[in-house]
Amino acid sequence: MIAELTRGERQAALIILCVLAFTGLLMAGFGRESALDFHGALVLALSVAGLFAVIRGYYAPPPDPARLREYFDAPGRAGILLAMGWAVIGMFFGVWVAALLAWPDLNFDSEFTSFGRIRPIHTTGVIFGFGGNALIATSFYVMQRTSRARIRDQLGAWFVLLGYNLFCLLAVTGYALGVTQSKEYAEPEWYADLWLVVVWVVYFAIYLRTLAHRKEPHIYVANWYYLAFILVVAMLHIVNNLAFPISLGSDKSYSLFAGVQDALTEWWYGHNAVAFFLTSGFLGMMYYFLPVRAGRPIYSYRMSIISFWGITFMYMWVGSHHLHYTALPQWVQTLGMTFSIVLLVPSWGSAANALLTLNGAWHKVRDDATLRFMMVSAVFYGLTTFEGSFLAIRSVNSLSHYTDWTVGHVHAGALGWVAMISFGAIYASVPWLWKRERMYSTRLVEAHFWLALGGTVVYVVAMWNSGIIQGLMWRTYTESGTLAYSFVDSVAAMHPYYIARAFGGLLFLTGAVIGCVNIALTIRHAPAPAAAADAEPPAAGQLQPAE
Amino acid sequence: MAIERDPVTGRLTTGHEWNGIKELDTPVPRPVYFFLVVTTLFCIGYWLLMPAWPLGTTFTRGLLGADERAHVTAAVAEAARDRAGWTARFERADFAAIQADPRLMAIMRETGRTLFGDNCAMCHGRDGAGGPGFPSLRRGTPLWGAAPEEIAETLRVGINSTHPESRVAQMPAFGRDGILKRAEIEAVAAYLRGLADPRLAAAPDAVAGAELFAGNCAACHGADGRGSRETGAPDLADETWIYGDGAQAVFNTIWNGRQGQMPSWEARLALWERRLLALYVADLRAQEPGSAQGSAQGSTR
Repeated sequence: MIAELTRGERQAALIILCVLAFTGLLMAGFGRESALDFHGALVLALSVAGLFAVIRGYYAPPPDPARLREYFDAPGRAGILLAMGWAVIGMFFGVWVAALLAWPDLNFDSEFTSFGRIRPIHTTGVIFGFGGNALIATSFYVMQRTSRARIRDQLGAWFVLLGYNLFCLLAVTGYALGVTQSKEYAEPEWYADLWLVVVWVVYFAIYLRTLAHRKEPHIYVANWYYLAFILVVAMLHIVNNLAFPISLGSDKSYSLFAGVQDALTEWWYGHNAVAFFLTSGFLGMMYYFLPVRAGRPIYSYRMSIISFWGITFMYMWVGSHHLHYTALPQWVQTLGMTFSIVLLVPSWGSAANALLTLNGAWHKVRDDATLRFMMVSAVFYGLTTFEGSFLAIRSVNSLSHYTDWTVGHVHAGALGWVAMISFGAIYASVPWLWKRERMYSTRLVEAHFWLALGGTVVYVVAMWNSGIIQGLMWRTYTESGTLAYSFVDSVAAMHPYYIARAFGGLLFLTGAVIGCVNIALTIRHAPAPAAAADAEPPAAGQLQPAE
Repeated sequence: MAIERDPVTGRLTTGHEWNGIKELDTPVPRPVYFFLVVTTLFCIGYWLLMPAWPLGTTFTRGLLGADERAHVTAAVAEAARDRAGWTARFERADFAAIQADPRLMAIMRETGRTLFGDNCAMCHGRDGAGGPGFPSLRRGTPLWGAAPEEIAETLRVGINSTHPESRVAQMPAFGRDGILKRAEIEAVAAYLRGLADPRLAAAPDAVAGAELFAGNCAACHGADGRGSRETGAPDLADETWIYGDGAQAVFNTIWNGRQGQMPSWEARLALWERRLLALYVADLRAQEPGSAQGSAQGSTR
């Protein structure tokens, strides 16, 4: 890792690590009576460890200039491994928190493992840990190959990957200690948020610099999606996290917004996090790995472009559909609902574009679990976006809101779409990145596929059932005009579904563990490809010259 | 960069290529335009009918004049009107008269169950059987009386609550405040456990405790330890224990005192809801095997 850096980059790394170590020292020193001191010590320890690593490699010979003729894949490889690690951690916490809802004693009477703390560890672990690392790793991979340009800034790429993981680590350890802004999916406190801004700006700069040096005349649509992901997430993150810390020595801050303005800002953020973190970036992933794996050209260039701009324009409006029938003025709810309905068209455009691309390659979908992951993810993307538009309709929302239906909807998207496309992309790229002929075991990929699909279906069906039952129980009246059920009746009625949900999650987690084992075996034991060239197959398939 | 033809679809490519990925120049399918037009028309129609677009300090109200707040207010008022036939009876009628009306009692059991589940169950349990620190409403001697009138009053003002007329019952911290010594408290605890369970009454400590009880506790709990429904002092001789019947639990209670709280429901529940719940709780006791006459007893003590 250090050997690949030039002397200048090694010096820059030392400076960055010294600044970080000093910041950690300040945090530990001033952060009395708060989790800031623990996080300061963590930052200090990690930067000192980093300093030792850089110093140890500092006098290694300068890297071979020949490396500049190849793509810079080391951070991508590390990102894939980190993504799989976070997947197992995040999904383990997910299964735990699901089991906690069925058997409330499973927090073992400790405040560190209370529902309110391990639930964000689950969501941050899977969304930012697993999803974020998969996005960063594949974006590095895709942008270089579709631009035919090596990442310009080796140190920057490492900084983005490791810095981002430091953010994730500060986030999840903070939750266990009770640090939270109480904003869903934006729980980390002000100091972690500031750090993410720094990391994200570097990420954006690297992406733009690499694209600027591209040797292709056009920018491939996957890059548009990745860029939208990076740019809009920066905007969302900064605006939603505007806050004043109560002092520089405290981990607690107060949002700049209050009341319904705060709620609207949060859900503008929250829904666009779904749009630009969990959709846009993963569409970029799909637009690269699906056609390559299928060996087919994209079905329609035009549809990919209008879907991109449709999604980008429309999503910005729809966050208010999270606040139907609340103190939010009705006209804002109307706009959220109506744009959610139009949004279905570009969403289905993307899903259809993916599935129609597979025309001529369906036999591969049948035989190849990696491609099948991607195909099923496109199906779930279509299902989930339909469900999303449906749930955004006010009268439907009056039944579904605050119920497990929402949780089922989110997981249809997160498990069926985001995780499946990521696993597909990871299984496709691992042999290419580590220069192996194929995955160590295609049967393990097959097993992972069926566990993931089975787990998703069990989970989503359980939550549909429990959500609709909850919604109906809450609105059932007796003959005499009073509510037929108390809230606690509905809680008791959920018990069997919560057990089913935990079981579905366990299946999904088992699949991810199998994936980790398979990837480790591939790196260690799978044979290298016969040809010395890039292991990645050409995606063009059997096209013929047009006369 | 050559434009090629795809043998599967017969479409031409765009001529772009990225690391082997090519794109077909397929036109956007008709259904996409169709649904785009349909959904957009729906939006425009909805915007015309409903509150939709901001106009500086106001917004377009929509042709239907729909107003969420007015709609909810009207719906709530209508529901209240629908129920008024029987809720008025719960507000005004004598408890005995309601208890004599099987139709009202059926409504009381049905509605009382959900009101109890949403407001009382978190402390007293879904079945009213209580739990550590929270009295059972089904068994044992009631703290402030078990007649519907008395329960309704307890619900209205609460116990040790912020309500100005709150029922107040504060047991001193005999150990912490130095009123009794550790050994004395142990003796009282032994006496009390013997009071509830005759098998423990012969313990030597228990005999010594009787005298201390008479001097320190009987003022509130009565010479026989049966408590008082007027001061809310619990019955110490019945089989139920609010804070646990172990030697340590009883010791802790005497050492630290107890000031259990119940919120006042006057501002949170309507009069008919509180009176209905009072009947529901009285009914819980009446249904309990073995304490069927609990309510009658409670009101006479």
